[in-house]
Amino acid sequence: MTDTGHASTVGEATAPNAPPMVRIRDVHKRFGALEVLKGIDLDVRQGEVVCIIGASGSGKTTLLRCINFLEPYDSGRIYVDGELVGYHERGGRLVPAREKEIARVRAETAMVFQQFNLFPHMTALNNVAFGPIKVRGVAKDAARERARELLARVGLSDKADAYPAQLSGGQQQRVAIARALAMEPKVMLFDEVTSALDPELVGEVLAVMEDLAASHGVTMIVVTHEMMFAREAADRVVFMDGGVIVEAGPPDEVLGAPRSDRLRAFLRRFTTSRGS
Amino acid sequence: MASIIDELPLLLQGVVATLQISMLVVVAGSIVGVFGGLGLLFGPIWLRAPLRGYVDVVRGLPLLVTIFIIYYVPPAFDIDISGFAAVVVALSIFAGAHISEIVRGGVASVAKGQSDAAKALGLTFWPRIWSVVLPQALPSIIPPWTNTAIEMVKGSSLAYLVSVSELLFQTYKVVGRTGAAMEIYIAAALLYFAINFAVSRFGAWLERRVRYAL
Repeated sequence: MTDTGHASTVGEATAPNAPPMVRIRDVHKRFGALEVLKGIDLDVRQGEVVCIIGASGSGKTTLLRCINFLEPYDSGRIYVDGELVGYHERGGRLVPAREKEIARVRAETAMVFQQFNLFPHMTALNNVAFGPIKVRGVAKDAARERARELLARVGLSDKADAYPAQLSGGQQQRVAIARALAMEPKVMLFDEVTSALDPELVGEVLAVMEDLAASHGVTMIVVTHEMMFAREAADRVVFMDGGVIVEAGPPDEVLGAPRSDRLRAFLRRFTTSRGS
Repeated sequence: MASIIDELPLLLQGVVATLQISMLVVVAGSIVGVFGGLGLLFGPIWLRAPLRGYVDVVRGLPLLVTIFIIYYVPPAFDIDISGFAAVVVALSIFAGAHISEIVRGGVASVAKGQSDAAKALGLTFWPRIWSVVLPQALPSIIPPWTNTAIEMVKGSSLAYLVSVSELLFQTYKVVGRTGAAMEIYIAAALLYFAINFAVSRFGAWLERRVRYAL
């Protein structure tokens, strides 16, 4: 059941026997005077699909970027598959990890960005094969072959030799998902991946993500404004507001029967502004 | 006319020296500039501060003053330096400062999301810079870099003031021997133009090569 009042007790893993793939404990983060994360606790188990919803400025994107240490968090702990992200713990204190160690953890937590961020000087195929070649040391031929398979999986077999600028936003984002998959990550982080797309291109990207979610092969943490996606694909929905987790639980409960005024207000505003 | 053709070998010796100086300077200046530019952007403060000082001071000095400092100061400390070496060092310092600023600006203009994407894949700093950021910075780096290379070819003519027999020095010598000032200076001008035209075409070719599709 969800607990609406205390951030420290929401978001527990629902499979008690398996250790969580991502474990977030009392994470705080500030940008100057502004505290954007005020003590986040969240466990995500292997294969789980978690959608994080909330108004802009609620801290959801920052939380996502803390998980792969694109943003360093100030205090608390984030573990991916048991490994502390970005730091070492010495005598209860956080000591910054070396660049190589941070990079190793990042390779396990692929990310898909709002603005796609494909490498514009590489073809779609090379965008996908790049990570495995450079980071995993996979042989070029093998990496390209695997990249072709992944492009086929996101429905872009015929675009392997196209450059990002020659692709639509939806196609670029699907290449970006293939690029993330190519790393065979333990966790995939999706940061508002449909927000920069024209409305008619949103569907093709969500279809790929729904397919991924249904396979339950990869743990997914999805920051999104797509309530339909959250309702249908998520195992759990987390609502953030003002830097804390306000509610978390199965989509039916969180979206269907919100307990807190804040979530009710958010969902109402959302429905009226999006007309969905 | 005959006098120019007779004296052409002397002028061509000058061309060879000018090319030697220019190439050494462009290579050295580019190496300094790439690391200088990256240092200015990503270096820790103890590296960034002196680099900033170097770039600002050198950019504020006339090239000739830099050459004279490198040529005349070391002998005061019993260090021998040839005119050729002094000019190559001085121009390299000069080109390095300019290219540092060019590289800094070019790399800074690459969208931050590109670095984020490379980081998210697990790339460490140098692979990220070499494979992702620099290739995208090149289209904005190459044109001003070409200008700097051309400036260095022209700047190498100042070497005649420290008795290096580059093109201008040889021209001066030939004019002294033949008295055909107009013809010889026009010939020298054409030779400088030919070199710089080649540099500028090379720059344009590079620019086309580093521009990816669309």
